[in-house]
Amino acid sequence: MSTSTPAVSVRALRAGRRRLAANRVVAYGCAAIVALAVLLAVFGPMLAPHDPNASNLSNAFVGPVAGHPLGYDGQGRDLLSRLLTGARTAMLGPFIVVVVSVAVGAALAVIAAWRGGWVDSVVSTVLDILFAFPAILLAILAAAVFGAGLTAPTLALAVAYTPYVARVLRGAALRERARDYIAACEVQGLPAVAIWWRHLVRNLLPLIVAQATLTFGYAMVDFAAISYLGLGVQPPTADWGVMVATGQAGVLQGYPAESLSAGLCVVVVVVAVNLLGERLAERDGEGR
Amino acid sequence: MWRFAARRAAMLAGALLVSSFLIFASLELAPGDPLASLTGGRTLPPEAVEQLRAQYHLDDPFLSRYVHWLGDVFQGELGTSITFREPVSSVIGSRAGVTVELVLYAALLIAVLGVGLGTLAGLRRGRVDASVLVLTSVLAAVPSFVAAIVLLNVFAVNLGWFPALGTGEGLGGTIRHLTLPAIALALSAMAIVVRVTRVAVRTELGREHVQTAVSRGIPYHQVVRRHVLRNAAIPVTTILGITITSLIALSAVVERAFSLDGLGSALVEAALSKDFAVVQGISLVFVAAFIVANTVVDLLYAVLDPRVAMGSRAA
Amino acid sequence: MSDWATPPADPLLAIEGLSVQLPVEGEVRTVLHDVTLSVGAGEAVGLVGESGSGKSMTARAVARLLPRGARCDGAIRFDGRDVAALKGADLRAYRGEVAMVFQDPRAHVNPVRTIGDFMIEALRSVRGVEPAAARRRAITALADLGIGDGERRMAQYPHELSGGLLQRVMIAGMLLTEPRLVLADEPTTALDVTTQADVMAILDELRRERGLALLFITHDLELAGAVCDRTAVMYAGQIVETRASALLQDDPLHPYTASLAAARPAVDVTVPRLAAIPGRPVSAFEAPAGCAFAPRCAHAIDACRAERPALEELDGGRVRCVRARELRGRLVEAPEVSHHG
Repeated sequence: MSTSTPAVSVRALRAGRRRLAANRVVAYGCAAIVALAVLLAVFGPMLAPHDPNASNLSNAFVGPVAGHPLGYDGQGRDLLSRLLTGARTAMLGPFIVVVVSVAVGAALAVIAAWRGGWVDSVVSTVLDILFAFPAILLAILAAAVFGAGLTAPTLALAVAYTPYVARVLRGAALRERARDYIAACEVQGLPAVAIWWRHLVRNLLPLIVAQATLTFGYAMVDFAAISYLGLGVQPPTADWGVMVATGQAGVLQGYPAESLSAGLCVVVVVVAVNLLGERLAERDGEGR
Repeated sequence: MWRFAARRAAMLAGALLVSSFLIFASLELAPGDPLASLTGGRTLPPEAVEQLRAQYHLDDPFLSRYVHWLGDVFQGELGTSITFREPVSSVIGSRAGVTVELVLYAALLIAVLGVGLGTLAGLRRGRVDASVLVLTSVLAAVPSFVAAIVLLNVFAVNLGWFPALGTGEGLGGTIRHLTLPAIALALSAMAIVVRVTRVAVRTELGREHVQTAVSRGIPYHQVVRRHVLRNAAIPVTTILGITITSLIALSAVVERAFSLDGLGSALVEAALSKDFAVVQGISLVFVAAFIVANTVVDLLYAVLDPRVAMGSRAA
Repeated sequence: MSDWATPPADPLLAIEGLSVQLPVEGEVRTVLHDVTLSVGAGEAVGLVGESGSGKSMTARAVARLLPRGARCDGAIRFDGRDVAALKGADLRAYRGEVAMVFQDPRAHVNPVRTIGDFMIEALRSVRGVEPAAARRRAITALADLGIGDGERRMAQYPHELSGGLLQRVMIAGMLLTEPRLVLADEPTTALDVTTQADVMAILDELRRERGLALLFITHDLELAGAVCDRTAVMYAGQIVETRASALLQDDPLHPYTASLAAARPAVDVTVPRLAAIPGRPVSAFEAPAGCAFAPRCAHAIDACRAERPALEELDGGRVRCVRARELRGRLVEAPEVSHHG
């Protein structure tokens, strides 16, 4: 701390930031939405009042009626049932992306930060090359090579996101590694793996959680886009991304319910996840 | 500065080489016979199969095939499309125009509206700032294809202000047809640019050297222009670069949504029909554009920030 | 020096009963309380205090650089004009007459603009000087501060200059508009020891040559004594003593000044170490109801804690201590201030 006045203004600044982050209503609302989305992903298909794939073309584009609160889609299927069922793949895809990219990214970050030297250079170079591949492009490429579906595009997205996760965590791991307590552990002769697991990873955990949350938001958008393009989840499976695509014909005929409701689901979950992620990242930043 | 530029140019060449290798090698990753991948599982007449074998040097070892392929790429030879039944280079040539127009239009929207709104929100506290903040945190989460659906529903179907699908004739027609797609493509990126610009302007406003300028009696508009905006331009350029280059791949989604015959929609069609030569060719174009754009942004950054070229990053 | 021992009758800068409150974390905090201080034309006045004592905030109030939302009471007059009432062009003209030299030149000079830009900016936009003439004057000003090779320096960026050199550039830039008052906020604290002396000597010389008034802010009592005619000592947002610099160290009026003087490590004198007082310097908003220094003062009695003492004239100086008269001459061997915590 240099002089008296900067101390005051920094304190004022931090207070302003905290006030913004402390908007508890928004935070709890976001957490509730995310929790609901997770519950839907697990139990959605069981909650669906009707068979999401039972089609009756005479009901095509029929609006809300008794027992069908959201009406029917263009092929006469119950829209609510399809939305509830569609949560599963829409959430599962980005979940796989997050698990793989965060696990691989964190491992690479810790190894690169720990070993330093040529290991760090190699890891950093590989990550730099991966940066040259936009996530969507890599997913399209994977779908072309291995076939459309859930597996290939999600793994491709995971590969594309790994450098972003790894870069942030590597910086944090380097800072953490430079701290005295790590040196103290090393002097005591603790094995590297024990230090990683017990101290490094545990201290990075808040940052890892924040990164995972933010990554989930991006991955959800990209995965839905891939399904929308017809390269991800395949129709007639109900999936939010797929539903935006299949409903598009209806949009042009003046029946936007299917596309808009599925799109809204994606947007609401992504907004909630993003705000939650920002809050987590902010809290982690203040703890430092 | 020049050493920095030379270093970036070398990195650019390296990245292009590596990514071309990865794109080529991805074909080899495909399960089964590469010939089957090339034909997309269709049965072709024996002479066509023979032609493919010769063209892709399928009987040669992997690395020598890559060298052959790369040599062909340098001569503009990207193979022949199975579904379009024409050379990949002419597929690319006939479709690149729409994509370039679309991306440039969206980039213009992002640069003008994104930076403009962000600056406004950064300089003005209170209601303007708060509403921009709420609006952008929602818009940043709207995927391009959802934005496309909403725009189609509101402005094309209900209001009829813009055409729903396809490309138009002449400059006016092009702009009319590309306005909704460009907005859909630009929307979430624009929201991010607004947020970053706002924070950058706010941060620079609080800098000590801005206080120095104020303490010297420099008029406010000059302080804002010469110090706040000039310095905020550094992070803003970075985020503009990141978001605009990301549009290149994202154009595929928007082109599909609006039925535009661009590179992106051709890439998706080719991926769906396993037309491998086209997938490779367009991927190569996209990755090259992405890498070159990133290099340009890096150089621009070095021009804007005198500390970069002289400092440790160039050393 | 003794000519300047008392405040001038018709000062260039007059601060009268200045109080400043800042909104911090939702509550309003007092950072300055009843500050009265004057600087005559050509006079050098020191303002000494620890971190948080309000010395920089006083300078900021004079330069109209208080943070957003600050509330001011009392008056600041420059050349008879009310500073708080200045607006627009008048305010900018005032800022041309009052130059501020900041502590950290690295932070206070725009890193992405050239030295030349920094030097001529104010001349161009405040004084309306033509570019070519502004350049010539800037190069001369650099030379005045011992920076040769002005042409080359003008094309360089701040990060290419050492801290000491950059601080001299800042001083040169600030003096270009020919101010009448310089507010120097710890101008040497961020520099290494040898450069400190260098910059201080230049500042002092220029001031004497040009007859500038100087408000010199520092935590270093001895440095203030070397440069300034009069020195004011601040504690917890208040001025506790104002006195001729020559007398301040050897004959302080306030117990706090005495402990500051004793706390300074002296090579040739062995200060008898008495029991250090526990506690840390407090800010104005934390200060207790009575004398702000009472909790740390070895001489505090019940009367000190009862009510806040006023600033009173004593032996040619001013002091804010109820026991000042009875403690006259007994303070020099007072225990030193604890600097821990």
